[in-house]
Order: sequence, then structure tokens, then C-alpha cells
Amino acid sequence: MAEIALHGTEHGHPSGITRWLFSTNHKDIGTLYLLFSLTMFFVGGTFAMVIRAELFKPGLQFVDALTFNQMTTMHALVMIFGAVMPAFVGLANWMIPLMIGAPDMALPRLNNWSFWILPFAFTLLLSTLFMPGGGPAGGWTMYPPLFLQTGMAFPFVIFAIHLMGISSVMGAINVITTVFNMRAPGMVFRKLPMFVWTWLITAFLLIAAMPVLAGAVTMLLTDKYFGTSFFNAAGGGDPVMFQHVFWFFGHPEVYIMILPAFGIVSQIVPTFARKPLFGYTSMIYAVGAIAILSFIVWGHHMFTVGMPLAGELFFMYSTILIAVPTGVKVFNWVATMWRGSLTFETPMLWALSFIVLFSIGGFSGLMLGLAPVDFQYQDTYFVVAHFHYVLVTGAVFAIVGGIHYWLPKWTGRMYDERLGKLHFWLSVISVNLLFFPQHFLGLAGMPRRVADYAVQYTEWNMMSSIGGFIFGASQLLFLYNVIRTIRGSGAKASDQVWEGAHGLEWTLPSPPPYHSFTTAPEVK
Amino acid sequence: MTGKSSRGFCLFSVAAASVAGSAPAVADYAFNLPSGVTPISHEAYRLHMLAFWICVGIAVVVFGAMLWAIVHHRKSRGAVPAQFHENTRLEIVWTVIPFLVLVVLAVPATRALMAMDDTKDADLTIKVTGQQWRWRYDYLNEGVGFFSNVDPKSVDASKRGSGIDPASVDNYLREVDQPLVLPVGKKIRFLFTATDVIHAWWVPALGYQVDANPGFISESWARIEQPGTYRGQCSELCGVGHAYMPIVLVAMNEPEFDAWLAQQKALQAKAATAAERMWTKDELYAKGQEVYGRICAACHQPNGQGIPGVFPALNGSPIATGPIAGHLNRVMNGKPGTAMQAFATQLSDVEIAGVITYERNTWGNKTGDVVQPAQVKQARK
Amino acid sequence: MDHGESTYFVPAPSHWPLIGSIGLFALMLGFALLLDDQTLAGGYAAGIGLLVFVGMLFGWFGTVIRESRSGRYNDQVDASFRWGMGWFIFSEVMFFAAFFGALFYARHFAVPWLGGSGDKAISHDILWPHFVAAWPLLQLPDPANFTVAKEAMEAFGLPAVNTLILLSSGATVTWAHWGLKRDRRRQLIIGLAATVALGILFLTLQAHEYWDAYTLKNLRLSSGIYGSTFFMLTGFHGAHVTIGAIMLSVILARSALGHFTPTHHFAFEAVSWYWHFVDVVWLGLFIFVYLL
Ligand code: HEA
Ligand code: HEA
Ligand code: HEC
Ligand code: CUA
Ligand SMILES: [Cu+2]
Repeated sequence: MAEIALHGTEHGHPSGITRWLFSTNHKDIGTLYLLFSLTMFFVGGTFAMVIRAELFKPGLQFVDALTFNQMTTMHALVMIFGAVMPAFVGLANWMIPLMIGAPDMALPRLNNWSFWILPFAFTLLLSTLFMPGGGPAGGWTMYPPLFLQTGMAFPFVIFAIHLMGISSVMGAINVITTVFNMRAPGMVFRKLPMFVWTWLITAFLLIAAMPVLAGAVTMLLTDKYFGTSFFNAAGGGDPVMFQHVFWFFGHPEVYIMILPAFGIVSQIVPTFARKPLFGYTSMIYAVGAIAILSFIVWGHHMFTVGMPLAGELFFMYSTILIAVPTGVKVFNWVATMWRGSLTFETPMLWALSFIVLFSIGGFSGLMLGLAPVDFQYQDTYFVVAHFHYVLVTGAVFAIVGGIHYWLPKWTGRMYDERLGKLHFWLSVISVNLLFFPQHFLGLAGMPRRVADYAVQYTEWNMMSSIGGFIFGASQLLFLYNVIRTIRGSGAKASDQVWEGAHGLEWTLPSPPPYHSFTTAPEVK
Repeated sequence: MTGKSSRGFCLFSVAAASVAGSAPAVADYAFNLPSGVTPISHEAYRLHMLAFWICVGIAVVVFGAMLWAIVHHRKSRGAVPAQFHENTRLEIVWTVIPFLVLVVLAVPATRALMAMDDTKDADLTIKVTGQQWRWRYDYLNEGVGFFSNVDPKSVDASKRGSGIDPASVDNYLREVDQPLVLPVGKKIRFLFTATDVIHAWWVPALGYQVDANPGFISESWARIEQPGTYRGQCSELCGVGHAYMPIVLVAMNEPEFDAWLAQQKALQAKAATAAERMWTKDELYAKGQEVYGRICAACHQPNGQGIPGVFPALNGSPIATGPIAGHLNRVMNGKPGTAMQAFATQLSDVEIAGVITYERNTWGNKTGDVVQPAQVKQARK
Repeated sequence: MDHGESTYFVPAPSHWPLIGSIGLFALMLGFALLLDDQTLAGGYAAGIGLLVFVGMLFGWFGTVIRESRSGRYNDQVDASFRWGMGWFIFSEVMFFAAFFGALFYARHFAVPWLGGSGDKAISHDILWPHFVAAWPLLQLPDPANFTVAKEAMEAFGLPAVNTLILLSSGATVTWAHWGLKRDRRRQLIIGLAATVALGILFLTLQAHEYWDAYTLKNLRLSSGIYGSTFFMLTGFHGAHVTIGAIMLSVILARSALGHFTPTHHFAFEAVSWYWHFVDVVWLGLFIFVYLL
């Protein structure tokens, strides 16, 4: 096999601060992404805690309505663009080269650039909270004309989003290039691990969706400062047009946040079932189908804007159709478990709870997809419950599971299993206490994005807030467990780490050498 | 993992019971969609329940299978992993069955959508206009129209540190100064629009919400089956006052409704004649104070200090203490691209004259100016 | 997957990405401050940001060129660059798609509705009874806060000439490519120079057209949705032509310095792909913005 003498090695193993600032190493950049994401998760979570504290009971106790709206908006922007997406990019950075037997990502300097744009983008975004008039308060969906009423913060938010978009697109280009071009000999497409497949398709979604968001916010910017009238009927535009452009991005975006999660779960379940993934090929087709469908369903966020009937029907049919390929995935996971030899280490617990709770979120999604009833659900806490089930118990649970799954590989140390399980059980119970009552709130008539509410919603809100505080506090256990593992406490991990684990990444030592595959491995 | 989620549920119902038990004053909570009082709302409710039970059914099957595997196929019980990883027939089955399930849902949903779309042959047309932060109702062809503002008692209780318990306010955040009144049994067509940002008009009892988009009209209709008071609120984020945009709808039998409409017409005619005469400064000030509290205070605050960086202070503002023409212009024409909208089309001459007189003579603004309705009328041309 | 005989080049740690991020940050911060009327601070930040960013481009690309010329890029690295450039161009296509989408939506939905036809015609009857819809939209539903345009743009004047110019520039760059592949340096350099010249000519004519629109026709960004879509689409396109022309000039200079071989010239190809992309976007513009 051809020898891959890495030029990086000529310079030795970089150390000190420049190791991180100037890195061209996929593992270091992956680590940076993950640490950044963890930080943002806590920042966004802190905003969520403010929301839950304020909603604990009727009346305003802690913040005024303006601050509340800023918290809602910032919470979502930080969680989506700061926590979940960078976490997935971090995992991709770490795992894709290991899984496909590559020396590194295909474009290492670009990789570093994608990361380093992010802290600056979030500096712009978060700094708005300290400006006169405060941060953006129009919701993460930024609908005009309301969003155009934002004060000083406005251009900062727009440019922050541009930067995040640039970062994501460059990250996605890197993933595609790596998967197309850097596979070890024999690592043909039909052997790619599921995580790589889902990320590859996610990368296409990113490249197709993020520039559209950039276009949408650019139009917002010119409408506010340069007199254009894209979203102003007086000049022949339409505020609803923004929603079309935004959701053309926005719906693929939500699948961007779930497809890699599917990939992680598809890695974990076979490992702890000690059985190959059921329906590998149909899994790939299902992800592909979800990705394609995701571009023609955006109107389901806009059922109530007064769309023509034909539009409502089209978007309703295409939306509920997504249940079919998603169902295929769920059934395949169950079939993988079927007649396996199951054990329940922490990563598996997260994966299993993912399957159940994500499905619950999917079911409420399906209900939302039925336009005539969405006229009742739209903009209520029922929607909030839906998307937290798919985002928190979906995306975030998969990420947390993935981190437990791969942490021993990354650090060479086992995390504390008892602490891991404790964290899991606390989280999974409190998260249901947090989000399940929100279904009831929504159905009973509580709109979302309100700082204060009618007294009949008090009980469910109290419950939800209590669940939220417990869930938030539990995450400190996670933080502690991760830190102590990184710092080298814990038993030494073997190369394979998990008895049932298969794949190239488990053939390398734990932790893997600084340059993963200096000799391209042979894949049989 | 069904074991775990059911454990979650147990805990959750215990918590539910205890919280509910400890707060007997507010036992009014609900957890399902109301069935409502219109054919459309019943339709939505039925579809909701159908979809719900289908999801429960699927959940039982899927999670049941998972649970079975978790219990029986665990390593600690000595399970030996099978190595199968494909079964085309099975794959086809679980692609086709969900698809058929979707068809079962899509058929009634399509029917409901088509029924909702048909706004023809209405007996009465109401134009509903959303605005930061109140609703306006115009009975088209009847010449009756009015604003519907949130009840000030709710706003006071809501404030931080108000010391008022929201539970002590009747219909907290769900009460208005003047409700929308509608006849029972008639086909009512609604036209929704807005003057500033997007709002959404939602009364669950009618079975839907519709966005009110500035510059465009969306339509819907309702035929209310029973007299009663139905409450809802704005459901599209529309700024700081979004939580303070309730909707109250009173449905009454036709004779009562007709009487109400006649009374409204008489009131509005009287108000129109009043505008013709000269007003004293005190009258205008009092009128203006009322208008200011109702309309302007939501942004510029009762004390005229505004919210720094968001809404300018009117106390000492160069416009509110400068030339009258400039003040008139800003209030009547607003400032495009900001939350300050043009009030010329929304307030009467008297109201505008009043509010300007008030603003120029209250707080620290001691200009002594008086603006007459006639001046406003002049400025409209 | 054939890795070839040589090695995949993983670059040493580099400070350029961080410098690029700082540059972008300062630039964006500066723009934001400028828009918030903080002219002085904004001007400085944006200016410094721009300098840093341009410096980064020189530094980074300089490094890449040096690495390339010292023969450290094998075919696999070359392929990575190709995939990267290809998908980058696709992302640009999607950026334009957002604005084309806005144009289609306005023409086929918003304006007809406001003018009283289609599903939401009621909006016209109730809110804009005096508005007459026509495309190009010169009369506006409410002209109060807009610059009312006198005239729309014409397709068969400068734009048609510009179409020819860009199309022929696509041809000249391809001709230059043939030259490079056959190692005919003169053809390469003449072809590239002609392409750059045509690009500059295009931009000059477009500037003239804009001047004409602003002064004679009174058509501006603030002339309602027609002006908005017209200037945003042609403006972003013009910006891309400018970038393309700059990149072509760099390639021209490098060709003059004797860079590139008949088999190894990815930089050239990347720029020519970009140029063709700009070309195709223009065709879309010509058809949908000017012609139809
Ligand atoms: C990870 C993110 C994620 C994911 C995966 C999904 C998945 C889905 N979502 Fe969700 N959604 C969001 C994130 C996500 N969503 C967010 C963030 C919002 C709100 C945005 C905002 O307004 O701020 C939103 C809002 C939203 C709406 C708009 C609601 C409103 O504002 O009124 C709708 C409406 O159709 C919808 C539908 C769906 C559907 C049909 C799916 C489907 O993909 C679900 C498919 C899965 C299943 C159905 C379960 C498993 C399947 C089976 C077990 C097979 C058998 C099942 C059947 C046949 C029923 N979503
Ligand atoms: C991936 C995305 C993501 C994630 C992970 C979350 C996580 C959470 N969200 Fe999120 N949320 C959104 C995406 C997300 N959300 C979106 C898109 C919206 C819509 C916004 C809009 O309307 O525009 C929204 C809106 C939203 C609302 C509705 C607000 C409104 O309508 O006004 C609420 C209310 O309960 C809420 C709560 C929470 C909570 C409690 C968590 C928790 O899971 C967070 C848990 C994490 C922590 C708490 C941090 C860790 C711990 C600490 C910091 C330690 C200190 C804590 C304690 C001592 C308690 N969110
Ligand atoms: C939805 C919020 C809102 C409401 C309601 C509102 N205003 Fe304003 N008003 C604003 C904003 C925002 C501005 C600042 C506009 C700008 O950027 O110049 C403003 C500016 C003004 C000014 C100019 C102040 C200055 O010094 O620039 C006056 C006068 C004024 N409003 C009067 C009124 C009156 C009278 C009413 C009620 C009839 C009213 N406003 C209702 C938001 C509102
Ligand atoms: Cu009006 Cu919310
Ligand atoms: Cu969606």
C-alpha cells in the first residue's frame, strides 16, 4: 500500500496555543468544534432557564416582555447555530477521517477557517444583548416586518448569520470532498458507515440551504437600510415572501439537525445489539428520500398565512409523506435490536431513548402536518413540544450518546459509567417533565413566544419549568463526567472499546495517533 | 426504553396531581383541543383525535417490539445475536402500511381543507385588522367599526413587581374593553389584515387561526352554533405586546345582535357630529389622555419615557415640543420602517387632536398648545 | 480509490484562517456600525477588516501557489480542490436562487394579487383599489415612500450587447484553455487578456446602464419591487463579475510568469468554471429580468 508521509509530521506535533489557533488537524479542529458547541449549549440553556423561570407562573417576575422575546430569539439562534450544528461538524471532523481511513480532512486549512469564523460570528450575535434596545426580539424566524423594527442589533444579527452560513457551507464542502476523495482503498460507497452516509447527505442539504438563508437575510437588510420593498406590499412585495424563502432554508435545516443524529444512532445500536445494522441499503435510500422531500415541504410552517388551497394541499401531502422514510429508519433500528444480544451501556441508553422520544416528536410533527388541524396547533406550545422532542430528545440526545460512545476512543479513557447512567436517567425523566406538558398547554390554547399567560395554564407551566431546571442542572453532571475523562481519570480504554464495535475507527489505538492513517488501511 | 418513559409518566402524573391539588383556586386547566362551536372546529377536533389514536397505535406496536427485544434479547439473559440484516418483504410491508395509514389521514384532511376554503355566500363580512397591540373590527357594509384593547387590569397585574395576583383578575389577559359581537347561525366571513406587522387571529372555539398580513387580506369563515363568550388571543409574535392582544368574541341570537348593531350605529353617528365643533383645552386633554393610555402608552409608556433604544421618550421629545405641524405629521403619517405607524387612518380627528394636545401639555412638556379637530381635518388633505 | 504513488499533502499549521476570520469579523463589525450610523468607528473597522482580509487572500493563496509549484500536490489533492470549487459554485447558485425566487414570487403571486387577480385578489379590492398591476412594476400600490421610476429597463439595448460580451468572454476563456492544454502560451495569454478585457467592458457598460437607470429613468433600489429585484440581481451578478475579473487577472499574471503546465493548472480551471457560472447566471438574468 502506498505510504502516506504526512507533511504535517515534518513539523512535529504542534503544541501550545498555536496548536489550536492554527490547527490543520481534523482531531484538534473537531475538539474545538465540540468545546465551542458545549459552551454554546450552556449559553443557550441559560437563556432557556430564564424563559422557564419567567413562565413558572403568570405575571412577569424576572424580566420584561422585551427581554423575554430576546431570550426566546437568542435561545433558538444559539442552540441551533451554536450548539447543535457545530456539535455535528465536530463529530464529523473527528470521526469521518477515522471511519473512512483517511489521513485527515481533504481541505485542512479551510477546515480551520470554518471553525474560527464561528466564535467571531457569535461574538457579533451575543454582543447585541448589551446594546441599547437589546438583542433581536423577533423570534429566530426573523419574520418581517416585525424583525425590521429591531434597533441597533439588526445589522449585527444579519452579519452574524452571514458568517455562520459561510462557516457551515465551507464545513459542508469539506465533508463532501473528504468523503468523495479521501476514502481508503476498498472503502466503496456501499461500505461507508451510516454516520458518514448521513453526513454526506447532510452536507448537500447544507450547501443547498444555507446560501438561501443568506439571501433571505440580505433582503431583510436591504429592506431596512436601502429602501427595497421585497417584504413590503406598498412597493409590490409581500411579507409572506420572506417566509417562503426562509422556510425553503428552514425545513432542510431541521433535517440538517437530525440526519447526522440518525447516523449516530445507526452506529450505536448495532454495536450494543452485537448485530449488523438491519436494512443498510434501505437506510441510505430513506435518508436520501428525506433529504429530497425536505425541499418541497416548507409550506407546512405557513399553513395559516392564507395560502391558496392548492398550496395547502401540496404541502400537506408532501409533509406527511416524510413519515414513510422516517418510519423505515425507526423500524430498521428496532429490527437491528431484534434477536440481538443487547447490553445497556450509557451510549445505548441514549440511543434507545432517542428512538422512542424522537418518534414521539415525529408523531406530533405528523399531526402538525395535517393542515386543517395545524390551524389550531400553529404557533402554540404544541409546536414547541414537537420541536423540542425532535431537537432535544432527538438531536441533542444523539449527540450526547455519540459523545459517550466515542469519548473513550478520543481520550483513551473510559468515562464514569455510573455517573453516565445517573445523568441519563435524570435527563430522560426530567426532559419529559419539561416538554410533555407543553403538548397540553398548546392544545389548551397557550400561544408560544408569550412572556405572560392566562392563569389556566399555570399548572402545566410549573411542571414544565421544574422539569427544565432539573434537566438543566443534570447537564452539569455531563460536563463533569466529560471533563474528568479528558483529564485522564477513568480506566484505560482498549482499542476496540466496545465489544460489539466494528469499523476502521476501532482498529486504531485509543486515543488515535495525531495523524490517523499514515498508511491507508485495507478495507475488505 | 418504554420502561423508562412510562416511569417518566408516572412521576409526571404524580407531579400533576400534587401541583393541581395545591392550587385549588385555578382548577380550570385543560389538556386537549376543544371541540369548539363551529362545523369547522368539530372537523379539526375529529381529525386531531384520529391522528392522535393512529399515532398511539403505531407507538404501541413499535415501542412494544422494542420493549420485547429489550426484555428478551438481552445479553444478560444469554441471548446470542442472530446475524440477519435484511428482509426485503418486511421492508416493503413497513413502507406500504404507513403509506396507507397516511392516505387514511389525508382523505378527511383534504375534505376539511376544501370546506374551509369556501367563503362564498356569507351573511356578514367582518374585517379584522391587527395592529401593535390591539384588534380592530369593521362590520363591512354596516358602517360600524371599533378597536378592541386588552383590559388594563390585566396589564397592571402583569407588570413586574405589581403586587397584584394575576389569579385575582377575572379572565386575566383574556379580557378586552370592547368584544367582537356576532350573530349565531349565520355564515360570517372574516377578512384579515394588519397595519404594521404580522398578527394572527385565533379563537380556538372557531377551530382555526389566520395570519393577518400587512398589505394583504386572508379570508376564512365561521358559522357559530351556540351563543356564548369565546376567548382567544393573537398567536403570531408581534413584538413586546404580543401577550397582550386578547380576542373576545360574543355570539348572540339574531334579534339581540340586530339591536346591538343599531345601538352601535347610533353611537358612532353621535361621535361624528361631536367632531365638528370647537373643543376646549380640558376636553381635548381628557380625550387625549384616554387615547394615549389606550393606544400610545403600550410603546411610549404611561410616563412618556419610552423604552431607551426601542421606543423614544415623548417627554421632552423635540417633535412633541417642537412645531405642531411636525408633531401632527409624525402621529398621522408615522415613520415608515419603524413601529411608529400612521395613525391618520385609525383615529378620528378628535382623537388625534386630543392626543397631540395631551402630549404637548403633560409630563414635562408644557407648551400650552391646543390642537383642534378642525386642524387635523385640515392636515388630512 | 486510487491514491496514486505519491502522498496526500496535509499542510502544516497555518495562521491564515485565523487572520481571515479576524478580517471578516472586523469587516462585518465595521459594516454593522456604519449601518448604525457609527461612521467613524465603522469606517475604521471596515477599512482595517478589508485590509486584513485582502492581506489574508494574498498570504493564503501565495502559500498555496508556492506549495503547488514545489510539486507537493498530487492528483488526489488536485481532485479535492476540484470537488471543493465545484460545490462552492453550487452554493453560489443557491444564493442567486434566493433572489430569483423572490423575483418569481413577486411577479407571479404578490403583484397580481395586489392588482386584483388570482387567489388573493380580495387584497386589491379592499386595500389597494387604485393599484393597477403591470410588470415591470412602475406604478406602486402606495408610492408615498418610494422613488417612482419613469421607465423600465430595456432588453435590446445595452443588456443584449452585454449578453454577447459575456458569451464571447466565455468563448475566449475556453480558447485560452485550449491554448494551455496544447502548451501554446501566446494563445493562453491572449485568450485570458481578452476575457479580462471583455469582463471590464461588461462592467463599464453595466455601470453606464446603472447611471442611466438612476438619472434618466429614476429607477432605484427604492423604486418598489421591480427596482429591488432588478438591482439586487444585477448588482450581485456584477459583484461576481468583478471578483471573476480580478481572479482572471491573477491567473493572467501567473500565466505570464510561466505558471501552469498543460496537465497541471487547476487554478486556471477553477477560475474559468467560476467565469462560466457567472455567464450562466447572466443568461438567467437576461431572460427573466430583462426579456420576459
Ligand atoms: C430536528 C428537527 C425536526 C424534525 C426531525 C422534524 C420533523 C418533522 N416535523 Fe417539525 N419542526 C421543527 C423541527 C423538526 N421537525 C422545528 C424546529 C419546528 C418549528 C420551527 C419554528 O416555527 O420555530 C417544526 C415545526 C413543524 C411544523 C410547523 C408547525 C407550525 O408551526 O404550525 C410542522 C407541520 O407540518 C412540522 C412537521 C414535521 C414532520 C411531519 C416531521 C417528520 O419528519 C417526522 C417524521 C417522523 C415520524 C412520523 C415518527 C416515526 C415514524 C414511524 C414510527 C412510522 C410510522 C408513522 C406514521 C405512518 C404516522 N414541524
Ligand atoms: C437545538 C435546539 C434547542 C435546544 C437544545 C433547546 C433546549 C431547550 N429549550 Fe428551546 N427552543 C428552540 C430550540 C432548542 N431548545 C427553538 C428553535 C425555539 C423557538 C424559538 C422561537 O420561538 O423563535 C425554542 C423555544 C423554547 C421555548 C419557547 C419560548 C417561547 O415560545 O417564548 C421554551 C420554553 O420552555 C424552550 C425551552 C427549552 C429548554 C428548557 C431547553 C433545555 O433543553 C435546555 C437545557 C440546557 C441547559 C439548561 C444548559 C445547561 C445547564 C446550565 C447552564 C447550568 C445551570 C442551570 C441550572 C442551575 C438550572 N425553548
Ligand atoms: C407600536 C409602537 C408605537 C405606538 C403604539 C405608538 N408609537 Fe409613537 N413612536 C414609536 C416609535 C418606534 C417611534 C420612533 C420612530 C423613529 O425611529 O423616529 C415613535 C415616535 C413617535 C413620535 C416622535 C418622537 C421623537 O421625538 O422622535 C411621536 C410624537 C409619537 N411617536 C407619538 C405617538 C402617538 C401620539 C401615539 C398614539 C396615538 C404613538 N406614538 C403610538 C412607536 C409607537
Ligand atoms: Cu399581535 Cu401577536
Ligand atoms: Cu418543517
